Amino acid sequence: MSIEVRGVEKVFGNFRAIHGVSLNVREGELVALLGPSGSGKTTLLRVIAGLEFPTAGSILFDGEDAVTRHVRERKVGFVFQHYALFKHMTVFNNVAFGLRVKPRADRPAPEEIKAKVDALLDLVQVGQFGNRYPSQLSGGQRQRVALARALAIEPRVLLLDEPFGALDAKVRKELRRWLRGLHDRMGLTSVFVTHDQEEAMELADRVAVMNRGRIEQVGSPTEVYDTPATPFVYEFLGNANRLPCRIEKGRALLGGTVFTEAEKLVDGAGIAFVRPHDIEVTTERLTLSIPAVVRQVLVAGAVAKIELSLEVEPGMIEVALPRGAHWGAPFTAGQKVHWRARTARVFPAADGGAPAAAVEVEPTTLK
Amino acid sequence: MLALRRPSVLPGFGPTLGFALLYLSLIVLIPLAGLFVRSAELGVEGFFAAVSTPRALAAFRLTFGASLLAALVNAFFGLLLAWVLTRYRFPGRRVIDGLVDLPFALPTAVAGIALATLYAPNGWIGSVLDKVGLKIAYTPTGVFVALVFISLPFVVRTIQPVLQDLEPEIEEASASLGADRWQTWRFVVFPVLLPPLLTGFALAFARALGEYGSVIFIAGNLPGLSEIVPLLIFIQLEQYQYANAAAIAAVMLVASFILLLLINVLQRWTAKRHGDE
Repeated sequence: MSIEVRGVEKVFGNFRAIHGVSLNVREGELVALLGPSGSGKTTLLRVIAGLEFPTAGSILFDGEDAVTRHVRERKVGFVFQHYALFKHMTVFNNVAFGLRVKPRADRPAPEEIKAKVDALLDLVQVGQFGNRYPSQLSGGQRQRVALARALAIEPRVLLLDEPFGALDAKVRKELRRWLRGLHDRMGLTSVFVTHDQEEAMELADRVAVMNRGRIEQVGSPTEVYDTPATPFVYEFLGNANRLPCRIEKGRALLGGTVFTEAEKLVDGAGIAFVRPHDIEVTTERLTLSIPAVVRQVLVAGAVAKIELSLEVEPGMIEVALPRGAHWGAPFTAGQKVHWRARTARVFPAADGGAPAAAVEVEPTTLK
Repeated sequence: MLALRRPSVLPGFGPTLGFALLYLSLIVLIPLAGLFVRSAELGVEGFFAAVSTPRALAAFRLTFGASLLAALVNAFFGLLLAWVLTRYRFPGRRVIDGLVDLPFALPTAVAGIALATLYAPNGWIGSVLDKVGLKIAYTPTGVFVALVFISLPFVVRTIQPVLQDLEPEIEEASASLGADRWQTWRFVVFPVLLPPLLTGFALAFARALGEYGSVIFIAGNLPGLSEIVPLLIFIQLEQYQYANAAAIAAVMLVASFILLLLINVLQRWTAKRHGDE
């Protein structure tokens, strides 16, 4: 089933949690709402679920207005961050709950319920724990039980609020992969909330990046990572060096040196973003390169992180080089080097970066 | 003895248990034993004769009946009060929250006199009820009213913390799974509140059984009609019938103990059933 969010606003007292957000989730898609805490992502998810009532706007399920429908009629599977399992019920009874509270006419027979719950418990790999209580399970198992409970009612959409937030790194990774596999098998339209960009990138078909109650960009993980629409998205997705610069005649200048093109931008202050792995470092001068001094070299696993001191703002940038390249020409602290951005993105500084004005350039193509 | 030998990060199981038992003996067990020794003076037949007079039986009936009823009523309204106090924010909530403890703090005699004045046929409430033919003060109903008053805080205060810790997500989860409000209450919220409700009920009941001060002012204390056991014991003492008083007290004690034990077992059973063990 498809979900359409149309101009949804949500105000709590004096606080505007969501500012007119619109989003389309296609049938069978897995969409991530990604953003820092307080960006309104959980509120949006709760509005979709029917746990919050929007101040304005509408939610359409398959083109049909869902706002007037109570949570219990929406048939959404909602998985809570802290599982929200019923502690006084066994795992089996937790999963069976949604089936047992159905009106008598729709309620499956006890044998049917048992068969269905057992199948679900097997699906989420906790088949042998049906008689246990939630307190006797690990965090990962509890989350899977919560998922099975949500799936039991055969929801039309699955909504997950920080589904892996309370788990440790290893379990989180495993569960993430498992959930992706499950989604591919079941094809259930799903939306999940996360503040972890890696999680959003790895799991989602499309990512909606949220900031201060607005969606800043929606796109596939590669789209939002490679062509961020706003400075916020740039900084939120992965590491980025933030370089205050001047835009003059369609070029961005860093401390008097042209280092990238910014054709469509008006003259004035700008902010350039360069990812650490998009920087070349050499010992000799290159076109568009800027001098710097190596401050520190840190080798961590497959990459070498190099910190360069600049004479201009921001005073320091971070470079990530693959180990091989780094070994070819080892840099040491104190060494004078030149660096240039392979790709950079410049935004006008004043309005915080309107997406239309942003320009991406490939400095290597410059003459 | 196995329990004694189990290693623990906290030292001093022996001394603390020893002290706890000594303390319990000095404060509780020895005085109670005195009660039984004293009542044994009567012999078996004398004992039964003393506790089975119509007056004593009526007092037992009234004390246990009114206490049980008061505890039940408070279980219901205490739960409601705790619910309102934890779930809703309204002006004056804190004041009401503070008022709940008043029966704890108020000298019981003061409570009794206040209640008697209010419910007397010429009192504020009593005069109104009198017109419809209801008499509260100086009847068994008055005993019940006083007991409801003094045992109210127990249920509220035992349920409140549990209710506060109850995550709202639990109810949201229930609703998202299709449960209506009644089902959410019946199957999700109430089972969590049942163990503390039983505890509160037991405490309220125990408190009501032993209540004396507030009741005697409102009850009228007519032998065989509105006379409670603690008062009967006191009257026996005043008439130098020490052994009779001790016998009645012993029966009261054993009956209370059995009832509280039963409630405890029930409570343990519900807690276990809900996986808290």
